Order: sequence, then C-alpha cells, then structure tokens
Amino acid sequence: MLRESVKRFANEVVGPKVREMDEKESMESEIINGLFEQGLMGIETSAVHGGAECSFTSAIIAIEELAKVDPSVSVMCDVHNTLVNTILRQHGTKEQQDKWLPQLAQSKLGSFCLSEAASGSDAFALQTRAKKDGDHWIINGSKMWITNSYEAEIFLVFANVDPSKGYKGITCFIATKDMGIKIAKKEEKLGIRASSTCTLNFDDLRIPAENVIGGEGKGYKLAIEILNEGRIGIAAQMLGLAQGAFDKAVPYTYQRTQFGQPVGTFQGMAFQIAQAAVEIESARLLTYNAARRKEEGKAFTKEAAMAKYWASVIAQRVSGQAIEWAGGVGFTRETGIEKFWRDSKIGAIYEGTSNIQLQTIAKFVQKQYS
Amino acid sequence: MRPSAVRLLNILVPVKRAVDYAVKIRVNPEQTGIDLNVKHSMNPFDEIAVEEAVRIRERLKDAVKSIKVVTIGPPKSSETLRTALAMGADSAIHVEIPESAPSPEPLGVAKALKAIIERQSEGVDVVIMGKQAIDDDAGQTGQMLAGLMGWAQATFASKVDVDAAQKVAHVTREIDGGLEELRCRLPLVVTTDLRLNEPRYASLPNIMKAKKKPLEKLTPADLGIDFTPRLETIKVTEPPKRVGGGKVENVDQLLAKLKEAGITARRA
Repeated sequence: MLRESVKRFANEVVGPKVREMDEKESMESEIINGLFEQGLMGIETSAVHGGAECSFTSAIIAIEELAKVDPSVSVMCDVHNTLVNTILRQHGTKEQQDKWLPQLAQSKLGSFCLSEAASGSDAFALQTRAKKDGDHWIINGSKMWITNSYEAEIFLVFANVDPSKGYKGITCFIATKDMGIKIAKKEEKLGIRASSTCTLNFDDLRIPAENVIGGEGKGYKLAIEILNEGRIGIAAQMLGLAQGAFDKAVPYTYQRTQFGQPVGTFQGMAFQIAQAAVEIESARLLTYNAARRKEEGKAFTKEAAMAKYWASVIAQRVSGQAIEWAGGVGFTRETGIEKFWRDSKIGAIYEGTSNIQLQTIAKFVQKQYS
Repeated sequence: MRPSAVRLLNILVPVKRAVDYAVKIRVNPEQTGIDLNVKHSMNPFDEIAVEEAVRIRERLKDAVKSIKVVTIGPPKSSETLRTALAMGADSAIHVEIPESAPSPEPLGVAKALKAIIERQSEGVDVVIMGKQAIDDDAGQTGQMLAGLMGWAQATFASKVDVDAAQKVAHVTREIDGGLEELRCRLPLVVTTDLRLNEPRYASLPNIMKAKKKPLEKLTPADLGIDFTPRLETIKVTEPPKRVGGGKVENVDQLLAKLKEAGITARRA
C-alpha cells in the first residue's frame, strides 16, 4: 500500500512537473511541500516526533518509486531521510531529537555537508574548521557539491575542531540557514538538474555548543556509518531510474511498427529488452538484500557497496538503451526518456564513486580469501 | 433500526475492489468475461465517497461519530478497506466471499448493506457510495438500498452539505438538464459523481495508523444473504475496431458526407 501510495503521488503530483523542473534546473516548492504532506520526509522517524514510523525498507521503496518518475525528487527525499534524519535518530540526544526531528519531518528540508573542493573521496581531509568560543563554536570554511542546499533550512556540517588530531577531530554540527550559511554557487549540471547542488560558505558561523551531534571528534565514525546506509538509498534511486526508463521506452516499442511489426518484437530488440529486465531485477535484489541485512542487524557494508555500484551501472546501461529503443523519439527531450540517461551518470559519482565501491568490495574479498 | 442519538452522525461508506481504471481490458478467450488477472484498486467513485465522508467530518468535527467502510469481496478486498482506513475511515467491515465466487450483483449487495445497517447498534444516518462501479457500470445499488430501507436518496451528487443539528442534507445533483438541488431528511443514501471532490493521497503516517484500526470479518451467512446471481452472462465481446475517418475541406463537403451516411437534418 505504501508503494502504491508513493507511486500515485509520484505519477500524479511530480510527473507533470518533471520536464519543467529539469529545464529550469529548479525544484518546485509545491513538490517539496507535497513530500512533507505525504509523510515522506520522516519515513523512519517515530510518530512521537511527527514521522511515519516506518521501516528502512519502506524508505527504500519510497525512494525507488519516486525515482521511477524523477530521480531529482528521489535524491532529495533520500538525502533528507537516510542521511539527515538518520544521523539525528541514531546519534542525537533526546533534546536534539525532540528539537530537530519534528521540524525535519514536517516542514524543513535538510542537507548533509561533508564534501569540499579539495576533499571528495578523501572525505576526511576536509578543511572546514571549528573553533571554540565560550559556549559557541565558530565555523569557517566552505563545502561543495551539497545536495538540497538551495532549499534546505537545516544543515549537518562536518568540521574539524582540532586539525592536530587529523580525522579524529572531525565533528558533526547541526546548523540552520539563518545562522548565516551562504550559498556561493549553484551548479549547472548534466543530470538531476532539479536537485540543487551548491557551494556553501561559512564565514564565522556561530553555532551553539549544544548543536554538536554525537560528540566532539566523533564525526568521522558517524559519517562512515551513515554513508553506508545512504549507499542503499542511492542504489534504490538508481534502481527506480532504470525501471522508469524501461517503463517509458518498452511500451513504445510494442506500438511503433516498422516493416510490418512492432519493433519490440524483433528478436534483436526482444533480447536486449529481456537482458535489461534481468539487469534491473538483479539490481533490485542486491538493493533489497542490503536493506534486509541492515534491518536484521547484520553486517551490510559489502552488500551496500555492491548494490550502489551495480545499480548505478545498470541504470546507465538500461537508460541508454531505452533511448535507442525509442529511436529518434528517445533522443528528444519531450518524452523524458533521455533525462533518465543524463540523471544516471551521477550514480557512479556521488555518495562514494564506483571506484571507491569496488575498493571496498575488493577489501572484503581480500580479507576473506587471503 | 433506529436513527442514531441526537446530533451525532454515523456514516457508512460501501466500497468495491474493481479492475483499476488504467488497465487495458482484454476479453477472455471463452468470451465469458474479461481477464481479471490484472491490477485492481478501489472503485474511483467509492474513493470519492470515502473522501466526502472524511471531508464531512472535517467540516462538522465532533458531530460525526463514526465513519465505517464496508466491502463485499474475496480476501484481497481487505486491501481496499485498508486504503479507506488510511484515507480517514475509523473502522471496516469485510463480508468475505470466496475468490472463485462470482461478483455479487447490485440487489444482493443492497440487501447485504441493509442487513449490515440493521446490525449497527447506533444506527446509520448517511450512506455515501459511488454512483456506479467501473467494472459493471450498473449504477443500481444505491437506489436499491434506499428503496429497501425506505430512505431518502440523492444520487449523482456533486455537492453535499450535511446539517447534523437539523438532520437534513442539501445535495446538488448532476442531471441531464443541469444541476438539481435537493433538501433531504436523514437517514439518506447519497451516491457520488465525479465532480464531488478530488480524493486525497493516503499519507505514510495514515497508512501506518490504518494498520491498527479495527476490521470486522463477516460471512454472507452471518447476514442471512444469498449472493447467487440472478443474471447469466451469455457473451462478452470487444467493441468493433475503429475504422479510419476521412477529412473534408469545407462545410459543403461535410454536409455531402453526412447525407451520404444517411444523416439528414430535421426541422426543429
């Protein structure tokens, strides 16, 4: 029923706006509000804090269904739920949870600020500094490639309180836009254009000491754990993207006739379509299995890396094929098929590049076999 | 059956699980019906009925005591009830019939609803239901129920205003000539038309809450109802395939074509 409900919302409310948001590179506030109203911004948050109190897998399904219609909307929901909400739920004090979770569940968009110009894969080489000043911290620095940042009001910022300790000084802070966070630049992207990706500047940003999440110097561990879960979310996004592209192109191949028959019934095409269906199913099972393992409390780092890596690979392949299956029509922006292909490229890059995922998987294999 | 206590309304919303409106229907090879191995969902007019009940409560607040939904169908129909609960109904009744049983006919459904209404110790003041189901398009159940109960009926409603204190409802009906306004005394059967409202999406928190709402299971025997069909479907076929039309250059050509087809104008 949850899947049905999100699917309906995605098709009826998000669907009509997808092209416009992509062309304008802007997320409509109506869509953001719609997500809040549907309870999709506090999926795992407890009812006490205004959330839907659903499982992690429910969040995965919601992200998947949204991505079938618009991967930009899907990633906004994913980051908000699997990164921002989860950090507060798992590491926030009771006071912090009581204060922030309801806002995040009901009205304020969240953003996760880790990457910088000089630190992406090497995340913990970050340079943003936090200096203690009485009962406040003063944050100085800059973040780059931050999803949701244009519309967000709540920001989780990772800064180093003591560079001499290396990564052990990294601390997670929660800040609000009105504390003085500045948007320096909004990126113009190839894909997921409606999802805002900005450079943020912090100029002597004053944050109360009570806004430290998880304790001083714990930011590294916190981020590593959370990105693990976030990986499954991205896998779900890529999975939905692949399915969305497939669902748009394949029916067309059974309608378009050439040489007296629907092009989808030529064996060459049929085999390609069948293969794509297998690939999507394999990504689906990797994703759901990783989610299941997480929910059962089992180790899931390897499985999450596999799911994210593979889903992003097949997303690109299937969406690319979807364009070819639809021929010239697939190449025009009108049908929305090409958008999936453009959107898929980021899957191999953000929340851990494909090479990083492979490195993670390789380490597990090496440990097991040597 | 007694009407409910002073000023508190009990609303009953019958819903039907039918083939989803977006499905491409195919006639089965035996030509006895359509392929039912397809997506099903709540009849769209019934969704409008559930939505209207919830809106009536939003307007009248505590004056609405309960919103009950009921369905007659196979085990899978309980999903339809859960959706209604997620939209805002309080409790549900599932009259379960076997998966293999034929779909109940309007008269059988109306009699079952009458039996259910009579079982409600606090009575029912308003029944809101879809004007027709999109699978059989019968459009009879609401009217039959009102007849069996001896109640007022306001069908094809495009606007409903319930006055709990006065125990009346003002209903605007869509009729061939335009709109008709009725003032009806409760208890009342209302059937919904398309323009009455736009149903809400069941939000995630409400879907979770719906899991805890009560769902009562009944059998036809519990109600003393026999759903044996009175009608036998002889044959089901697809409509004839559309043949292409032609283009005309001007009005004279159009008139010529119409005359050719045997369509002539008559003096008013």
